[in-house]
Order: sequence, then structure tokens, then C-alpha cells
Amino acid sequence: MAFDSFTAFIAMEGHGPYVWTCYGVFFLLVAAMMVWSWRRHQAELKSCRRVHEAADGSGRGSAQPTPATFTRVKVSQD
Amino acid sequence: MHPIRKKRLTIVLFLIAGVAVAVGLTTYALRQNINLFYDPSQISAGEAPVDVRIRAGGMVEEGSVVRDPESLEVEFRVTDFSASVPVVYVGILPDLFAEGQGVVAMGKLNGKGRFVADQVLAKHDENYMPPEVAEALAKSAKARGENGEGTGAPSTY
Amino acid sequence: MWQIFHKLGSPKWFFGIATRLMPWLLAGALALLAVGLVWGLAFAPKDYLQGNSYRIIFIHVPSAFLAQSVYIMMASAAVVTLVWRMKLADVFVKAVAPVGLVLTFLALFTGAVWGKPTWGTWWIWDARLTSMLILLFLYGGAIALDRAINDEKSAARAVAVLVLVGVVNIPIIKYSVEWWNTLHQPATFKLTEKPSMPAEMWVPLLLSVLGLYLMFGWLACLRMQTEILVREQRTRWVKEHVLARRAG
Repeated sequence: MAFDSFTAFIAMEGHGPYVWTCYGVFFLLVAAMMVWSWRRHQAELKSCRRVHEAADGSGRGSAQPTPATFTRVKVSQD
Repeated sequence: MHPIRKKRLTIVLFLIAGVAVAVGLTTYALRQNINLFYDPSQISAGEAPVDVRIRAGGMVEEGSVVRDPESLEVEFRVTDFSASVPVVYVGILPDLFAEGQGVVAMGKLNGKGRFVADQVLAKHDENYMPPEVAEALAKSAKARGENGEGTGAPSTY
Repeated sequence: MWQIFHKLGSPKWFFGIATRLMPWLLAGALALLAVGLVWGLAFAPKDYLQGNSYRIIFIHVPSAFLAQSVYIMMASAAVVTLVWRMKLADVFVKAVAPVGLVLTFLALFTGAVWGKPTWGTWWIWDARLTSMLILLFLYGGAIALDRAINDEKSAARAVAVLVLVGVVNIPIIKYSVEWWNTLHQPATFKLTEKPSMPAEMWVPLLLSVLGLYLMFGWLACLRMQTEILVREQRTRWVKEHVLARRAG
């Protein structure tokens, strides 16, 4: 450990604000990028599913494919 | 490889080569403007304009820093080990300013060959080391006999 | 040999490979970044000149390194788009351009915050900083151009040409500190020489670089998969994929 105490670690001999700002922004942006990409992927999967289920169901004349899809997605998660 | 693809590849390569040549020539023509600062050799050779805001950069010469006891005025020499330029500056110096360290000063060259700076930035090198190592290096350099720039600080800037 | 090359270009094939790779990429990225950054922040010794402010290097260098290598990868993909008209190459360019933009921004931002205590200024128009800013605009330009053109094929070609033209900037970034006088210091890692720092500093730095590389790999796979789903929504294999997932 390069620091004697936790306070010294936070203060970084006066350079704390600079170092922690950088690390903060870095983690924030990387995490945001991960979450955003993941959400977009899930949304796209869902929309593909909706399209194909609608196509499947159209023969049987299902009128409301969207809410049905939504409940089924929830069930599949276990 | 398919002849059409070969043709496309040639076009792509020509495109890159053309742009590279164009950018290369432009940057070559503008090289004096791309350089952030003049080094002391250029200044003492008279390449730097007088009374125009320019930047000068180099190492702070060992033992050349003279601080005015009453004001914030500092005088030091900036060197690149083949020539050196005297610099005058009034103001607060950056933390990393020290003898043997790199600096970039902004200001004007006066008629007498002195550089009057209004801003001094510290320029550090790519070498990093723990303080203990730097101390040990400085000590061993001293033990070897104090010849020239034998400090812990590396001689590049 | 060309057959393998073309098989690589199949979106379906890539989708499967990516799905298998992604857990490993993510686990490796998180592990390496955690070790590298905690080591760099808390355990690496401070620098004899800059003190603790140099700890920014453990995120600055990985971001800057990735920002440039992502651009080189995009340019290689652009060649493939223009010469072989391979769809997957265009998918790659489109998927990673925003990631490159964020990485370039991070490199510039951390550099500015680092510059304040060490140089005495947030920003200076020196060759390295300016060429890095141009890289940011190149990423932004590629994203904007892609959005501006509606036709998928014309967009792919236009973006590929822009990315290729911009690749000239990469050697300029790399060698700016050697060709011109700059405030920015030369590279710490060089291929031909030993790094100019002791092992307890460069090992965590290397781990962070590798970690961010894997993180990029994960992001690229995920984002490419998303883009493939958008483009191939109506194909049979996508249908089988999404419906099988629901059932299983």
C-alpha cells in the first residue's frame, strides 16, 4: 500500500480532486456505455421476437401480439 | 483474388497514399507552426522573431535560477545543452518547475536576446520512478564524482 | 484461404462466435481492470516528480491507446467494406464508432485534468493534443455521416471512405511527440525498448490496457450483434434464434 491511511488515499497529497475526477468520469462513461449497449441489445431482441411472433400468430388471428409477448418474456427469465 | 476487387483495392490504396502525401506536404510546410516552441539553439541562431509572442522550451539550466527576494520575479536560463537563453518571468511557477526540468515559456524575445515570459509551463519527460529510486540514483551519481548532469533526472526533456 | 475469409463475413456465424466469446471477454475485462486500477491507485509507488497525480496514467494511457487502435481496426474494416463489400465489416464500423468516440473523449478529458497540476494548463494547442482532438472529430464525423445517409449501402461506402482518409491522422498522433516540439511527453511504452518506468508501475498499466482491450472486445461483440439483429431481423436464423431463446 502506497498510503498510510484511507484519508491519505483520498487526499493523494493534494492531487485527490484531479485523480478522483478522472477515475469517476472513466467509470461513469464505461459503465454507461455498457448499460446502454446492453439495453439496446435487449430492446432489439424483443422487437425481433415481436415481429416473428406476430408473423407466426397472424395465421391464427391473434389480435394483440404485443402484451402477450411481454408476459411471455417475463416467464422465460428463470 | 477477383479482378474487380483487385481494382477496388488499388483505388483504395491510391486514395490513402494520395491523402498521406497531401497531409505530409502540408504538415511539412507548416512545421514551424506545428512546433509548439522554439528551442534555445533556434533562438540563439536568430530563427525566432523578436517582439512577437512565441514560446521557448528546453531544460532549466542547473544553478541558473535566481529568485528576487522581494517580488515574484525569477530569472533562469533555458538550455538544450548546445545553447541557452536567459528568461525573465514574474508570477507563480508550476509545481514541477525545478532546475534540470523541462519548461515551455510563453512570451516575447526582446532586442537584447532575453526572453520575457508571461507564462511558464512545466514539461516533464516519459520517465517515471518512485522517489526512493530517484534519491538512490542521485546519490550514486554523486558518489561517482559530480561530473556534469549526473543527477537522478534523466538528460532528455 | 479466401473461403475462410468469406465465412468470417457471415453474420450468422459471427453471431454464434460472439455469443460464446462474450462471457470470457467480460470476465477478463472486469478482472484485469479491477487488478490493474486498484494496483495503480493504491499500491503503485508515487512518482518522484509528479507525486500522486501521475496515477491518472492508469486510465489515460489505456483510453488513448484504445482510441487509436480502435480507429486502426475501423480503417481495416473500411478497406474490407470498399474492396470486398462484406457486410460484417460495415457492421463493425457502425457498432464501434461510438465506443471510439467515448474512448477518445476519455483520453482528452483525463489528459486535461492531468495537465492542470503537472504542466500548469488544461489545454494547449500542441501537436499531440490537437491531433487527438482531430481523432475525436473523425469519430464524430463517421457517426454523423452514417446517420445522415439513409441508404445502408451508400452510407457504408461513404463512412468507409471518411474513415480511410482519416487514418492518416493516426501516425501523426503517434509520432507528433517525436517530429515536433510538444508539451506532451514521449511514449512510455515502446515496442523496441524497455518501458521508462519500473515494473511496479508498468505492470498495472499493462493490465489496465489489456483489461480495457477486452472490455472493448465485449462491447464490440454486443453492439455488432445488435446491429446484425437490426439488419437481419427477417431472416430465418434470427427467427430461430429469438424464438429458441424464449422457449429455452
